[in-house]
Amino acid sequence: MAATRTLVRPAPQNPRLTVPEVDIRICLGTGGVAAGSREVLKAFEEELARQDVLAVIRPREDKCEGRTVSVTGTGCQGLCAMDPLVEIHLRRNGKSSKVTYGLVTPAMVPEIIEKHILGGEVIKKWLVLTDEGPTEYNPFYDAQEKLTLRHVGIIDPEDIDDYLEAGGYQALYKVLSEMTPAEVIDEIKRSGLRGRGGAGFPTGQKWEFAAGYQSPDGVKYFICNGDEGDPGAFMDCSALEGEPHAVFEGMAIGAYAIGASVGYMYVRAEYPLALRRIKIGLEVAEERGLLGDNIMGSDFSFHIKLKEGAGAFVCGEETALMQSIEGDRGMPRLRPPFPAESGLWRRPTNINNVETLAVVPWIITNGAAAFAARGYENSKGTKVFALAGKVNRTGLAEVPMGMTLREVIFGIGGGVKKGKKFKAVQMGGPSGGCLPESLLDLPVDYETINKTGAIVGSGGMIVIDEDNCIVDTARYFLSFTQSESCGKCPPCRIGTKRMLDLLTKICEGKGTLADLDFLEKMAEQVKIGSLCALGGTAPNPVFTALKYFRDEFEEHVVDKRCRAGICTALVTYSIDPEACTGCRACVRVCPTEAITGERKEAHVIDNELCIKCGACYEKCRFDAVRRS
Amino acid sequence: MTTEATTYDTDEQEQEERFAELLDRYKGQAGALVPLLQGGQAIFGYLPEDVMRRVAKAAGEPLSKAVGVATFYSQFRLRPHAKHTIRCCHGTACHVSGAARISEELEKCLGIEAGENTPDMLYTIEEVHCVGACGMAPVVMINDRAHGKLTPEKAVEVVKAFKAEVEGASAGDGRGAPAGAGGREGEDT
Repeated sequence: MAATRTLVRPAPQNPRLTVPEVDIRICLGTGGVAAGSREVLKAFEEELARQDVLAVIRPREDKCEGRTVSVTGTGCQGLCAMDPLVEIHLRRNGKSSKVTYGLVTPAMVPEIIEKHILGGEVIKKWLVLTDEGPTEYNPFYDAQEKLTLRHVGIIDPEDIDDYLEAGGYQALYKVLSEMTPAEVIDEIKRSGLRGRGGAGFPTGQKWEFAAGYQSPDGVKYFICNGDEGDPGAFMDCSALEGEPHAVFEGMAIGAYAIGASVGYMYVRAEYPLALRRIKIGLEVAEERGLLGDNIMGSDFSFHIKLKEGAGAFVCGEETALMQSIEGDRGMPRLRPPFPAESGLWRRPTNINNVETLAVVPWIITNGAAAFAARGYENSKGTKVFALAGKVNRTGLAEVPMGMTLREVIFGIGGGVKKGKKFKAVQMGGPSGGCLPESLLDLPVDYETINKTGAIVGSGGMIVIDEDNCIVDTARYFLSFTQSESCGKCPPCRIGTKRMLDLLTKICEGKGTLADLDFLEKMAEQVKIGSLCALGGTAPNPVFTALKYFRDEFEEHVVDKRCRAGICTALVTYSIDPEACTGCRACVRVCPTEAITGERKEAHVIDNELCIKCGACYEKCRFDAVRRS
Repeated sequence: MTTEATTYDTDEQEQEERFAELLDRYKGQAGALVPLLQGGQAIFGYLPEDVMRRVAKAAGEPLSKAVGVATFYSQFRLRPHAKHTIRCCHGTACHVSGAARISEELEKCLGIEAGENTPDMLYTIEEVHCVGACGMAPVVMINDRAHGKLTPEKAVEVVKAFKAEVEGASAGDGRGAPAGAGGREGEDT
């Protein structure tokens, strides 16, 4: 089925004519925007225009004669902890330098322009990264290898020419001009790529199944699952925001391999920025003939439709997702038949996750062997992990699989915030579990993590410290799965509710040791009695919590104590008269006037009035408020 | 629906025209129910009974199914919704970083509980699972704009500043959305 016509090799329509003397790239991912990067970008534009020293250009303007500066908004640059991040390339007198500043505010912009851009002097106090020597942030970057996010944070995601200039759509061209569908499937199989959405199913094998079925009218579907529902995972969000065309290209390659002509992208409504960039991207890609009818002049046609999710975690499950596209309640159905045989509108359908698809063009361009050379045993290549919670360097890190948890959390992530003690890392969201310090030297690969009771899942790693309560964390996940259970299977619908009730009871100090056994028993039943993965894995947070942190559960039920001070019913606050300076700060924040005391004299908390909100504990600068 | 600064059309005739156009566009199409509900909500701000009936009819489904679908997904609202949405993220990273206290303070600040509207129909608070800015936890989204690394105090400050902007702007022209409420100014580089 290789192309019979002469194909048109994709190329940028408006190639960059000028290499600007100053190239400023500002992170406009959701995280960056949350930190105020839009204001920073605006400040750069305004200040540069005001100073009028360099000509401000749009990236594709030709101003060869002048000294020029270009300002670009990019996708997520990775190190969210230091957002807004601003990367500045200077090319001057035959020399070039690249510097990244972090925690940039609009107020810092004039100084950056004056000292760095005009004066060529690096401002050390704001420095995150430089090509002139290591900084304290280098460990975050050095161990990373970006295959999936190869251009995220570098290119302008709303400018297709940026992607094309970076080699975009060349993999699709290669596939259409010189590979048969079977060769494409073989290449992906040999790469060892496994589904990045959670289950880790081999992608090539999935494609092979779908390629093997035909529908009476010849229609097949290729779906991209962008319903990233795991709270705490944001790699799909960043991939879609930062380089949507890579995902389209991966879809088109997959669609060619299985023989699909229609594609759907199912993306959460909670990701407005990603949705906006997908819409922009799809339109221009069709206009340029990179998607749509007779792609690049070949016989292959593939149209992508965007479906906005309506807010249901269970729709991340493939059969539920298809129900949702069909306009129904997103309830999973029995497999077999598998989607490959009878999926959307009962046609053969293939579904892959965003991250899986984003790396496909890289594999086609660089070869299966290059991908398989990275990684560990049966987990090949790289995986993007989302580091969040109580870790110093929060952000997205793409690393070869098989790195140890310790290397990721303490090496890349820089350890626990504020020097607190590490308690656990939560992996795999509501389907995963909390792993203790003693397991940190395990390599991150699908099989090893599965054995612990957690899962690699979509790659979220939430670090929790001594100030977090493990029972509360388990309760949090059960409250999530309970509210997101679609209601089809009673063991999931009722079982998660009962488990949540028990955990709440324990958090309120009313639990007994017998409750712990009952909880475990019920978890087992929910696991075996549910149809889909939501119910089947919903008990995982409880299993792992009980397995690794049973002492904390026992403290709650026997000693009626919550060592982290999170379960308010089990906490009392008092003031240490030795440490109290009598500053009255706690008196002012107490919402129930439970604290009394004269200025410069030790204060006292009336436990009858105290509602245990912890406001005084947070406010006190002298560590005089004690929680026990 | 993601509230694009939620400037719903107040012009009833225009709403009606847009809705008729929407029904027409999806009539007889397979899988139209969800996009029709989404479109209807985008026009009216919520899904009144009459809208649900007409959506069901256009999709060729019984009303019970339309209601079943609308109540299944968290996006759909059967009651009127305030103009501006303040979403407290309760994703895992936000939860372990103190999202509960932030929700509490914001509820106190606006005098409503999550899921309620303020009496002037200007603000509502929603608790959501993950907005995808986990690296900045805890996060609050005001319309389409995320604010990160918050403390309860900072969250209240951000909301108060937004309120001041809204109420300042609406004193001017009645329905103008404030700068930063959902536009993408400054992004066109």
